[in-house]
Parts: sequence; C-alpha cells; structure tokens
Amino acid sequence: MVTKQIGKPQNRVDGRDKVTGRARYAAEFSATDLAYGVVVSSAIAKGKIKEMDTSEALRVEGVLDIFTSENRPKLASYDSSFQDEDAPPGSPFRPLFNRDILFNMQPIALVVAETYELARYAASLVKVEYETEEHVTNFEAERTNAYEPEEYKSTPPPDPWGKPETALKEAEHRISEVYSHPSQHHNPMEMHASTAIWEGDGRITVYDKIQGVLNSQEYIMGVFGLAKEDVRVLSPFVGGAFGSGLRPQYQLFMAVMATLELKRSVRVVLTRPQMFSFGHRPKTVQQLSLGASADGTLEAVVHHAFAETSRFEDYSEDVIIWPGVLYKCENVKLSHKLVGLDVYTPLDMRAPGGTTGIFALECAIDELSYKVGMDPVEFRLKNYSVKDQNVNKPFSSKELQECYRQGAELFGWKNRNPQPRSMREGHNLIGWGVANGAWEATQKPSGAKAVLTKEGKLTVSSATADIGTGTYTIMSQIAAECMGLPIENVEFKLGDSSLPQSPLEGGSWTASTVGSAVKLVCEKLGEKLLELAQESDDSPFKEVSIEEVEFTDGQMRLKEDTSVAIPLTQLLKENQKDSVQVEAESKPADEQENYSPYSHSVVFVEVNVDEDLGTIKVTRVVSAVAGGRILNPKTAWSQILGGVVWGIGMALEEYSVMDHQYGRFINHDLAEYHVPVNADVHDVEVIFVDEEDQIVNPLGVKGLGEIGIVSVAPAIANAVYHATGKRVRDLPITLDKVM
Amino acid sequence: MTKISVTVNGTAQTHEVEPRQLLVYYLREKLGLTGTHIGCDTSSCGACTVHMDGMAVKSCSILAVQADGCEITTIEGLAKGDQLHPVQEGFKECHGLQCGFCTPGMIMSATDLLQNNPDPTEEDIRHALEGNICRCTGYHNIVRSIQWAAEKMKTSARALDGAPVSTSPVYASVNLNQQQQV
Ligand code: FES
Ligand code: FES
Repeated sequence: MVTKQIGKPQNRVDGRDKVTGRARYAAEFSATDLAYGVVVSSAIAKGKIKEMDTSEALRVEGVLDIFTSENRPKLASYDSSFQDEDAPPGSPFRPLFNRDILFNMQPIALVVAETYELARYAASLVKVEYETEEHVTNFEAERTNAYEPEEYKSTPPPDPWGKPETALKEAEHRISEVYSHPSQHHNPMEMHASTAIWEGDGRITVYDKIQGVLNSQEYIMGVFGLAKEDVRVLSPFVGGAFGSGLRPQYQLFMAVMATLELKRSVRVVLTRPQMFSFGHRPKTVQQLSLGASADGTLEAVVHHAFAETSRFEDYSEDVIIWPGVLYKCENVKLSHKLVGLDVYTPLDMRAPGGTTGIFALECAIDELSYKVGMDPVEFRLKNYSVKDQNVNKPFSSKELQECYRQGAELFGWKNRNPQPRSMREGHNLIGWGVANGAWEATQKPSGAKAVLTKEGKLTVSSATADIGTGTYTIMSQIAAECMGLPIENVEFKLGDSSLPQSPLEGGSWTASTVGSAVKLVCEKLGEKLLELAQESDDSPFKEVSIEEVEFTDGQMRLKEDTSVAIPLTQLLKENQKDSVQVEAESKPADEQENYSPYSHSVVFVEVNVDEDLGTIKVTRVVSAVAGGRILNPKTAWSQILGGVVWGIGMALEEYSVMDHQYGRFINHDLAEYHVPVNADVHDVEVIFVDEEDQIVNPLGVKGLGEIGIVSVAPAIANAVYHATGKRVRDLPITLDKVM
Repeated sequence: MTKISVTVNGTAQTHEVEPRQLLVYYLREKLGLTGTHIGCDTSSCGACTVHMDGMAVKSCSILAVQADGCEITTIEGLAKGDQLHPVQEGFKECHGLQCGFCTPGMIMSATDLLQNNPDPTEEDIRHALEGNICRCTGYHNIVRSIQWAAEKMKTSARALDGAPVSTSPVYASVNLNQQQQV
C-alpha cells in the first residue's frame, strides 16, 4: 500500500465542529414539541415501593405526566427483550417494571414537563414510601458466599496446568499477597442523555449517548415492540463514554416510553449523581501467590479473583488471564468468583479486567523480583512469554522487548538504585517503578458502504461510533489512502442505525474492525471502477486485472505504466454515472484462529512522595507501546496520554465510596469523586515501537484505547514502594496509606 | 417570570425567564446555543464556561436573571466569521480534544487566562484551568494548544505594532469587546 494518508499526523476531521460548539451531542437535538423528563431515583437499596404520591407534583402547571410502575405502558416481559448486545448472563434490569427495588438510586418514576426547571421541581414533590428490606453492599462480608457463575461473561478460567501447589511449596522464593481495588465510575464528561423525537406517524428518531446505535435500536424494538423501520437511532457525537455507553441506559428507556405515550418529543438527561446508578468497574480482590527459583525463574502462579456483581446479572471480566499472557510459567492455577451485592450490575470500564488483573499481577511480580534480588525489568525479561499459555497459541506479533529497550533508555532506568528510599530531593522521596501489560487485539465482523460521486467525493459509512477516539478521522484516512483521494474529498459517516452493521465501539477493536471493513469496501469500489472502465471496448484497462491497477491522485492508473491513467471523475462522467456505490462485509480471516493477538506496553514511572505529608506526585511517565501499525500518530498519542492519566486516577484518586448504611455510592458527584485534573499531570512521554503484524487484520493495527491504561497503576504502586519502602496493595494509594 | 435583556454574541436578546432558570439552560434551551455544555451539578467541571462582561464564568452557577444587562460570549461567538480565534485554532492544531465535550469550556477559560496573562508558563496554565475537567485527553495537548495560541497571539500583536511578521490572522487582544472592532 502506498501510504500518503495512513500514518500521517492528520488533524481531526471533526476538530472544527468541536472547537466552535457546532458538534451536537445527544441532549442537544431539539424539536418544537420537546418536553423534558426528569428521573426520580430510589432512596433505598432493597425492598418495595409501598406508596408513591404524585398528586402534588402533578398539580404543578406545566407538568405533562408522571410515569411509574403503576401507570407505565405495556412492555415486553421476557428477559431476552431487555438483553442488549453487552448484557451479562442473567436477568437484566427492567425500569418501572414493578415495585421492587434492586439497588439504590434505581429509577422509579419519570416526571415530564414543559420545561426542565418545572420537571425538576415537580420531581422533588414526588413522595415515596418504601417497605425496606435489609440490603447487602458490604463486599468483605459477602465474600464468604462468593460463587462461580454458571456462565462467565468473560473467558472462563482455563484449567490449571502443571503442578501449581507443589511448585509453589517447593519454590525458593515466594510471595502471597492480597491486592484490591474499589468500585470506580466511568464519569465521562457528558452525562447520559437521550432525545426522542416524535415524527408524527408513529415513527421515532432517537439521539442517544451510546457506543453503538444498533444496540439501542434493538433494545427499543425489543422492549416497546416497535418495527425496525419505525426506530432510527443516531449518535453523531459522544462526549466520552469509556464503556458507560456500551449498554443502553435507563434514560433511553424513559425518553422513548414518554415519547410513545405522550406522542411528543421528550428529552431525558441524567444528573451527575445518577451517573453513579448504572454500572461501574467492580470492586475486585485478588489473592496472588507466586513462586520463583533461586535464579529468578517463575515457577508457580496461583491467582484467585473475587469480583463484585449485582443480584440479577453475573458480570465478569478478564481479570485472571494475564499471568498466562504475560509470563512463561509451567505451573499455573486460576480462579474467578463473583460476590453478589444489592447494587446495579458492574459494567466494562476502560480495559475491563485488564487494569484490574494486571495491577495485581504486576505489583506481585515486582515484589517477587525484590525477593529474588533481581532488577524488576531483568526479572520480567527472564520470564518473558513467547506464547499465550491460556490457549497455547503463539502471539501474532509481540515487540514487548523493544518497548523495554526504548522505554528504559528514554527513562534512564539503568541509573536506578534498587534500594527503596535511596533517592530523595529535600523532603521528597523519589521512586522509580515499572510494569508491563497487554490488551487483546480483536477484529470483529463489520459492514461498510462506499459511494463515489462524479464530482470525486467519496462517502464511506458504517453504524459505528466515535466516542472521542478519532473514528471519523482514521476511517477517512483509510478511505482516502485506499482510493488515492485527498482527505478533503472523503467523508466518513457513523452513528446512524440506518448505516451498515457494525459492532459496539469498545475493547479497542474499532480501528481494526471498522478499518478492515472500510479497506474492503474501498477495494470493492476499486474493482467496480475497473469494471466500469472495461465496459468500453477501447479502454486501455480492458485486459488488466485489479492487481495491476492503483488508485492515486484521484486517478486509476496502471502500476506498470503510470501514464495510462484516468481521473475517477472522468471515468464516472464518461459512463454517465452520477455515482457508484458498493457495500461490503468484512470478517476476520480464518488464519487468525491459530494465533493470539495482543498489544503490549511497558510503563516507567517516577513519583515524588512528600515524606512529611504523604502527598504523591507522578512526576514522570514513559509509556512504550507495541500496538501494531499506527494509523495516525496524533490521535494515537492522545489515546495513550489519556490512558496514562486514567492510570494516574486509578492509582491515586478514583474510589466510589459505598455507604453501607444506605447501600449507596456516597461520593456521587465530581466534587467528591476525584478524577485527575490538569495540575496532576506532569511529564508524559509516549513511544510507539515498530511492530508489523500481517495476521491481526488486513491493516496490521491493534487498537489503542485500552493499552495505554493497563500498566500505569502498578508502575505507580511499584514506584511508591521504591520511594517509601511501603507496599500499598489497596487502591487508591492515598496519603494516609504511605504515611 | 422575569424579563431580562442580555447581549449574547453581539445580539441583543429580551426574554421572560423563570427566576430559577440557570444561565446555562437559558443559553442552551432558549437560545439554542448548545455549544455550552453541562457536565456536573456541583460547579466542578467547567464544561459550561462562558464570558460574562469579558470574564470567564461557570454559567451553571449563575441564574439567567443575574445576567440581565450583561454581555455574554459563548463558544459560538468566539470566531470572527470563518476565522477561528487563536485558542480555537490551537485546540484544533495541537489535538487539544478528543470527544470535544470539555472543549468549549476549556477554550473559554483559556481565552480568559490569556487575556490576563499573555505569556503563561505550563505551570500557570495547569493551575489556571483547575476548574475545567477533561476525562479524555490527559490534559497535555490542552496545555500545548494554549501555548500555541499564546505564541500566535504574540506574533499577531507584534504585527499590529508594525514589526514584520507572517500573514497569520490578526488578533490584537483576546478582549472580546475589542475584538469586534479590530
Ligand atoms: S456544568 Fe458548570 S461546572 Fe460543571
Ligand atoms: S475531550 Fe472529552 S472530556 Fe475533554
């Protein structure tokens, strides 16, 4: 492939819309008949609604209706109708279904009024009496009842291999520790919102905050019994999601229900506290036992994970697969149990399972390297894996060693004194830590459509999403590259349920999945253009095959003799075509089955810890990433930077505090739930090492949404140890824990 | 209902508003200026930042009635026609955004900063934007975007002083009231 576009630091094609306020998010579409819905949330975590008095609220002038479990319209009743593309096994939550309360802040009513102010005021007048039952939200207390689910949402734990218990017992060096991290919430800056537009003839158009419009469309069809042609879901811009938009959330249900009932357009936007009422990274506790021989060979891994789920769905994520991916070890035992609590079901949050499992593993490995008396980098390299032992397949590519080499050099790792508390500046203790990580590089099936007009404008489309990652931009680059057009002549459309099928945007698979579909559809377009040229008998392309032509500078031409060329605009005009259109469906190649595809990273971190105050500052980060081919260094760099800062939040700040008395996340706003701010960020360097991968997908890309975060928190924890001599195994590492 | 008169992005507006309506809802719902976003209920995030009489304010913590008689500039009013403000250009060039949800607020805060401190250090920028949260970018490129804009504005100011410089867009100052006269 001649690369003019791919690999170029192209500015975002949506940049102008975003800096001028023209990009519109789900709550920003309107209609002349728009009404506003405000959700009333339950104040208890478990029990029943005994009585709900809406009379006073209904008397407020301008209130249109109040929907509760008593007066809601008829809904589907089967679980399967409510089960969305990302639903874990179990029985999904059904809003307003009956009087049962399953978790605190459960939506129990929707107040709809002429203005937002009226709806919000009236919502405050709704009186609710509950029949309270005792709830259980205390993870530690409930851990004794942990269970193995009948069906895992994640990869089920692989069978043990080797003789883990014996090997552990006989190992020269051993560590056995418990690592835990709390529940955390995604908190994208945009709060979840849906605007449902009543089209007047029974059809609705819904602007939803979602990571895949088809998921919302299916959900609406299932729950409200609507036909596909009567529901169109759009999501042109998403104000961040990080997993929170994988499942249709209850504001969608509410807006659609009210629209269908009132026969007028309704918008429902959640409040920031309500953003803590659906899905979070589950609290997870991990028991890790590792053994090594005298020479630093990793002899045994025993890894047990306990993670939170709801009472109604068995959510699980890939917490325990990482020892098998990251290290060579002959004796391994893994288990993953769930702890059911009276909370909403957890939900994939940036690198679900990876951030969790790699945090524990990489802290434990660091501890073991100290036991053995080896440099933490050297120890990891000694136990480097060349195949994924969970599935016993080689990696499709793995340039992790190169990440170590380049990262260590840039960071200056060789100057590190391994002794904890050996470096200081005034009253600041300085520590250097390292960790490595991985994330699966998947390709899924996806469709795409391409339309080339006689003016030379190419529009490529797919029902995927751009949650800020840069889908619009990189897909435009791929299409421009394939068709040899300037990027200004290419438009990529997404976030519309009427476009060709595409999976949810998540798991770092969009670049690979949709990118492959875009490439394929452009190849098909190329073939069609060649056929078109061949229609005339005197065409110089008459006898040539597609392999012999190339598309460049707006022309189709012969590779052998580039003077034999025809501008695409001319080709269409000569054949009296206004446009040429093709669709394609791309699928992962069978060959991928034989390999295990992962992206990899190493993160080096420097922290400053104030010896008197315990405050921790991440002063320096070097993140070296092997992520396959980099489509756009600008968007790629930004993805990794964002991931690094998420890692800083995870390590030092983010913690959804459960108040067990109420069974509610009590710090449910941005004043109390701390996310990193500008002044928390200091030097961050990102390196992309060269990595060629012919197997992972036709583009050789691996996706970058998750790999940036996975290694960061353990590297910080290890640096804090190096600075202070204290191992903090319980996130977040707050100052009280290092004092 | 209370009657208010405000000038928004140079246009005089008079409306009856509910006394409890926040300025941000007035801008978004009444005037359709949805570039000003809402990201919290605790005045923590800065997504709603606009300029009121030339100063950056969080429009979620001001009632619409408090804006009576004031001049408001929102993100929609920052560019001059097709010509972006240097801070807008900076965010576009330096990739100071991903999802773009925090961006209007960041830009409005940053223009206010540069108005008071045309030559901020990285540290100055990081502290001045303490009231604006971004969940996507990791902030780094936001800082670079603002430095880029500061540089551009200095060059442009020198151009006005008669010094020979390139033909980049001219902004005498970020003071928005003055800008309209340039
Ligand atoms: S919406 Fe105004 S500060 Fe968050
Ligand atoms: S770009 Fe998404 S919140 Fe800043």
